[in-house]
Amino acid sequence: MFGYILRRLLSAVPIAFGVSVVCFLLVYLAPGDPVQTLLPPDADAETVAQVKRMYGLDQPLPVQYLTWLGRVMVGDFGRSIATGRPVADEIFRSLGNTVLLAGLSVLVAFSIAFVLGTIAGRHAGGWLDRVVTGVAVVGVSVPNYWLGIVLVIIFSVEMMALPASGMGDGRFDPTSWEHVQYLILPVITLSMIPVGIIARTTRSAVSEVMNQEFVTTLRANGLPEWRVLRHALKNALPPVLAVMGLQFGTLMGGSILVETVFSWPGSGFLLSKAILTRDIPVLQGTILVLALIFVFTNLTVDLFQSSVDPRIRRA
Amino acid sequence: MTMSVPLVEVEDLSVNFVTRESDVRAVNGVNFTMMPGEVMCMLGESGSGKSVTMRALMRLLPPKRSVIRGRIRIAGQDVQAMGDAALRRMRGGTVSMIFQEPMTAFDPVVRVGDQIAEVVAQHRGVSRREGRRRALDLFELVRIPSPERRLDAYPHELSGGLRQRAMIALALSCEPKLLLADEPTTALDATVQIQVLILLRKLQQELGMSVIFVTHDLGVAAEIADRVAIMYAGRVVETGSVRDVLKAPLHPYTSGLLASTVHDQPRDRELETIPGAPPDMRNLPPGCSFAPRCPQAAGDCQLAVPPPVSPSPGRVARCLRVAGAQPLMEFA
Ligand SMILES: Nc1ncnc2c1ncn2[C@@H]1O[C@H](COP(=O)(O)OP(=O)(O)OP(=O)(O)O)[C@@H](O)[C@H]1O
Ligand code: SF4
Ligand SMILES: [Mg+2]
Repeated sequence: MFGYILRRLLSAVPIAFGVSVVCFLLVYLAPGDPVQTLLPPDADAETVAQVKRMYGLDQPLPVQYLTWLGRVMVGDFGRSIATGRPVADEIFRSLGNTVLLAGLSVLVAFSIAFVLGTIAGRHAGGWLDRVVTGVAVVGVSVPNYWLGIVLVIIFSVEMMALPASGMGDGRFDPTSWEHVQYLILPVITLSMIPVGIIARTTRSAVSEVMNQEFVTTLRANGLPEWRVLRHALKNALPPVLAVMGLQFGTLMGGSILVETVFSWPGSGFLLSKAILTRDIPVLQGTILVLALIFVFTNLTVDLFQSSVDPRIRRA
Repeated sequence: MTMSVPLVEVEDLSVNFVTRESDVRAVNGVNFTMMPGEVMCMLGESGSGKSVTMRALMRLLPPKRSVIRGRIRIAGQDVQAMGDAALRRMRGGTVSMIFQEPMTAFDPVVRVGDQIAEVVAQHRGVSRREGRRRALDLFELVRIPSPERRLDAYPHELSGGLRQRAMIALALSCEPKLLLADEPTTALDATVQIQVLILLRKLQQELGMSVIFVTHDLGVAAEIADRVAIMYAGRVVETGSVRDVLKAPLHPYTSGLLASTVHDQPRDRELETIPGAPPDMRNLPPGCSFAPRCPQAAGDCQLAVPPPVSPSPGRVARCLRVAGAQPLMEFA
């Protein structure tokens, strides 16, 4: 098991390396010379050269990369061009908000989808199964930014029941309605796709387990149906939790549109602002951090999955 | 067999599997009675309805897809009429079952000791702790070495033989009156097979329970059973004491089985050497279903299903050629 963990951790290293290279090269992929974003357009050649030297841009690319990497390793992502504040501060402030939104959405999605999927899997082939499958297909197919806009129109514009954007003033207090109300629409919007995906996974896992021979043994030993179901769910849970973890990873990096629709001050919103203002340092740092979080979540899910299955655990 | 109240009475049991495309008549009027403490072997080719009969006894067939007719009484209770609670008490309480494949018969993610403890706790209304103590006793009973440690094992950590022993322990956990063993040794290595058989036989004698033992192996039947029931195409075509049936079979199908298992052949030989194939269970012929393969078949065999006849006490066969036969009134 320890060897397995080590192997998995090592396999993440080249991925992380690739991600960092791409983020670094982003500066060069973006249209225009990076120096020009720092200087007024009419700066003379002397100033340009001086700035280049100052930022190390006259060095060969690999050297620049290593210098950049060295700074990133200690949490120095440079300063935002738009606000002048350290990029690290911007990222970590917004990251907390995104974790809150994505985490809550995925938990809500899991609670709903696990129940729906279990019902469907227990009655695979029946009408309940068809209803749940229909709900799941709709959940996966509806573009979530569109749903977000529709919800805003209904609940904020028409009914004026819930706020349409932001997350309220001051520090977020999860016990106060003043703050919690801001979460409701974004969470509904963001949980729609995970509900569909987790429900489908649960359904197929449960229906597969219910067809296994040991379920007959449990019944043949006079266990009541709810105990049989408990055994079945214990068998079905690991793949469902894994999919839930992967969905969390996806929401962390993939909520850009939804955060923008709701002006939710998270990393996705930060990213979309950075794109609009060509704030390269912010763009670079945010993408790097989000990508690493995605890699790390997948790794955790993978390790979790192999640790809960006794057949792998002791191997 | 001095006790006169039968433990199991099966009358005219039939099972159909109904789907949109077809109607499989897996069991077509099975009759048998078992006394307490009796061991009966069920023999027959693959697909003859042995497992389906066993599952019907415990009402384990999928309720939506199967139609069960006839009457099953176990320990005086009508199985078909049982409510959920009575059914749960019967399953694992009065009657329990050992399956062919012990690997897939256990929940793979729960320790075997806990699986036994759960069943004991359910039936006896005791704590899990108490149930585990009982599981330990059972592991000693079925002679699992280092039982304490084995209780904590997951199914995949046990060898095939130990898993089947654990399965037997689970089946015996609530002292059933009837044990249904559906080819319990087929999945095991030859030497392990014999050990498990000896164990089962010993336990049967110690605990005095009735056993229905499904097997393909005449040698096994001769060794452990009091009685045999030979199944063909969903019917019991012959029953009687092991000695009588093996010595002087009445039904041509039984004779065929015996002829195909000549004495010095390996004992685990399968019973599939009679020429021809078993009938299509979706489309049974109107007369004797063995007729297409029967050396003694004639025109009258194709008219109607031969009624059960009893040429001597304790023996029944369904064949028109049985000499000196008295039609059995109660089956007619
Ligand atoms: N759940 C089911 N649905 C439909 N048909 C079934 C089902 N279970 C069994 N059958 C059919 O019923 C018939 C009898 O099957 P059964 O399993 O009782 O045979 P068997 O005598 O136990 O054979 P084997 O020696 O191979 O175990 C077969 O034709 C089988 O295809
Ligand atoms: S009834 Fe006829 S076909 Fe059937 S077993 Fe007897 S002789 Fe053969
Ligand atoms: Mg079978």
